Amino acid sequence: MTTVPATATAVVPVRLRFSWVGLGCAAVVVAGLLGVALGPVSINPGRTLAELLDRLPLIDVDSGLSERHANIVWELRLPRVVLAMLVGGMLTISGASYQGVFRNPLADPYLLGAAAGAGLGVTIVIVNGYERTGSIFDALPLAAFVGAMGAALLAYALGAAGGRVRTPATLVLAGVAVMSFLTAIQTYLQQRNADTIREVYMFILGRLTTAGWDEVWILMPYFVFTSALLLAHRRVLDVLAVGDQEATALGVPVTRVRLVIVVGASLATAAAVSVSGLIGFVGIIVPHTIRLIAGTSYRVILPLSLLFGGAFLTIADLVARTILSPAEVPIGVVTAFFGAPFFVAVLRTSRGSVG
Amino acid sequence: MRKLLPLLLAGALVLGACGGDDDDATGEPGTATEPTDQPAADGPERIVSLSPTATEMLFAIGAGDQVVAVDDQSDYPEGVPTTDLSGYEPNVEAIAGYDPDLVVASDAAIEGELETLGIELLALPAALTLDDTYEQIEQLGAVTGHAEEAAALVEEMRSEIDEIVAAVPDGEPLTYYHELDDTYYSVSRNSFIGQIYELAGLRSIADEADADGSGYPQLSAEYIIESDPDLIFLADTECCQQSAETVAARPAWDQLTAVREGRVVELSDDVASRWGPRVVDLLEIIVDARTEAAAAA
Repeated sequence: MTTVPATATAVVPVRLRFSWVGLGCAAVVVAGLLGVALGPVSINPGRTLAELLDRLPLIDVDSGLSERHANIVWELRLPRVVLAMLVGGMLTISGASYQGVFRNPLADPYLLGAAAGAGLGVTIVIVNGYERTGSIFDALPLAAFVGAMGAALLAYALGAAGGRVRTPATLVLAGVAVMSFLTAIQTYLQQRNADTIREVYMFILGRLTTAGWDEVWILMPYFVFTSALLLAHRRVLDVLAVGDQEATALGVPVTRVRLVIVVGASLATAAAVSVSGLIGFVGIIVPHTIRLIAGTSYRVILPLSLLFGGAFLTIADLVARTILSPAEVPIGVVTAFFGAPFFVAVLRTSRGSVG
Repeated sequence: MRKLLPLLLAGALVLGACGGDDDDATGEPGTATEPTDQPAADGPERIVSLSPTATEMLFAIGAGDQVVAVDDQSDYPEGVPTTDLSGYEPNVEAIAGYDPDLVVASDAAIEGELETLGIELLALPAALTLDDTYEQIEQLGAVTGHAEEAAALVEEMRSEIDEIVAAVPDGEPLTYYHELDDTYYSVSRNSFIGQIYELAGLRSIADEADADGSGYPQLSAEYIIESDPDLIFLADTECCQQSAETVAARPAWDQLTAVREGRVVELSDDVASRWGPRVVDLLEIIVDARTEAAAAA
């Protein structure tokens, strides 16, 4: 990517401070340890951690856990924690990227109809008789990808129809139109196929409950690829914040860069949605909290989004599976219920300190 | 999406209404004009059922000849006049297209609209106990002119259930996990089906997760593993294509006693979710599985 010297902009380009990265990593580690140590089945946390150490190469510790508890920790809790971390990181970094690329503080991973597209893809597969295979080529995630990418590209193409330049505003409007249109088709299909309506809803409401290592391995390549792609564009996002014309004057191929970022963020969203269902709020609240506390530069926001987004969703999932234990609460309820007040608190305490 | 909802509903109404007209035109015009063979003297002659359970009850008490249309979920007994009417999103105009004199549904949502058209509605909500089931069968018998058959059916169900329950081996109740879908929604003793299991001397592992008594809590995977139920019943073999094999393939589930000893029972989703005459069959399957499990222990 072309590096462009920073100029006076709405965002203040700053170097990412090491202390923030350290804090983010600490949040991830703490959230991860809490997530593994606590759960609906009470297992001695010290022994649980010993069990994890034991699984590391070259370390041999006797955790004293029964085989069943060891299995619960290793095959159920740990993959769920890892998956929540990946999904949280992906939803947050794509949310932050959308906000930058559209210069719209309300943009989120679902903006361009990506989620509606994913939902429609899933619905089409389910009403046509879906059979789970559990492989990376499973029809459900693939349909979610195709739907999400199709929706994002359609919105992108429509956004350009009004004029030669794709401005953020036309893109957002096109996204709203695409989302409404696809949601209408999905609702129609659901209604005509009431026997599968439950399965569709279960998918949309979230599937972290049944997560295992399979889902982690399916998601991992997408996580690595989309995170690297979006992180590589963090400086460009700072430049885009100045405005399209200014960015063009600074030598940024605005249209192409915007397309790449939108595709990357949509792919991350679709991949996350396909294993976890729709989890709202994360992609808006976490990036804005980071923006309010750590700074407005995307050089700061994007890397921290990965870390704090992962930590946030891991903690939210911990709450979801323990607050009514042994019953589960949908994770989207938790993210919104605790995330929204927390966000308001951050907004109030930091008012005035941020332009 | 929320703003779109009214628009969607309006669209759905239009589409649904068109569907109804089509059926009326191309369906079975014969039943509309010719009198049926033996209509009950004082009963309704054109019944529309919007509830699969009510459909099963109607046919079981001999009122099947009076039923002209059933909703898209009704599929038992074989040969019921299934249409694309929806019980979830009832469309009054489409229903009226079948010119019914009685509509049976699982709720009274459209009672007012039907009333203005002079059509009677009988609402038979999901039963909470077996007594509710008996009562609903007798109610249907009374309104359709088949009171005697209904009473006989109830009597038969009662005696069959007594007989099955008498064969339940004594001893500590065994535990079970009843799976509603593959995200681990289950049933507790507070549900209708939970009471059927109780008759069979079984205790749900979901009881602890149902503090608010809703009857249908979602369990966490690790809790199911920890509880290690004696029996697993799958009521998601059709909706979600689950089977003993898919259950065994889930992470950590191969450790469960029920999985290792082959005590995963595949139920029909429909039989396990309706509160009609076939609960007797369900109870029999459950008791058989329980007896086998007790014998093995």
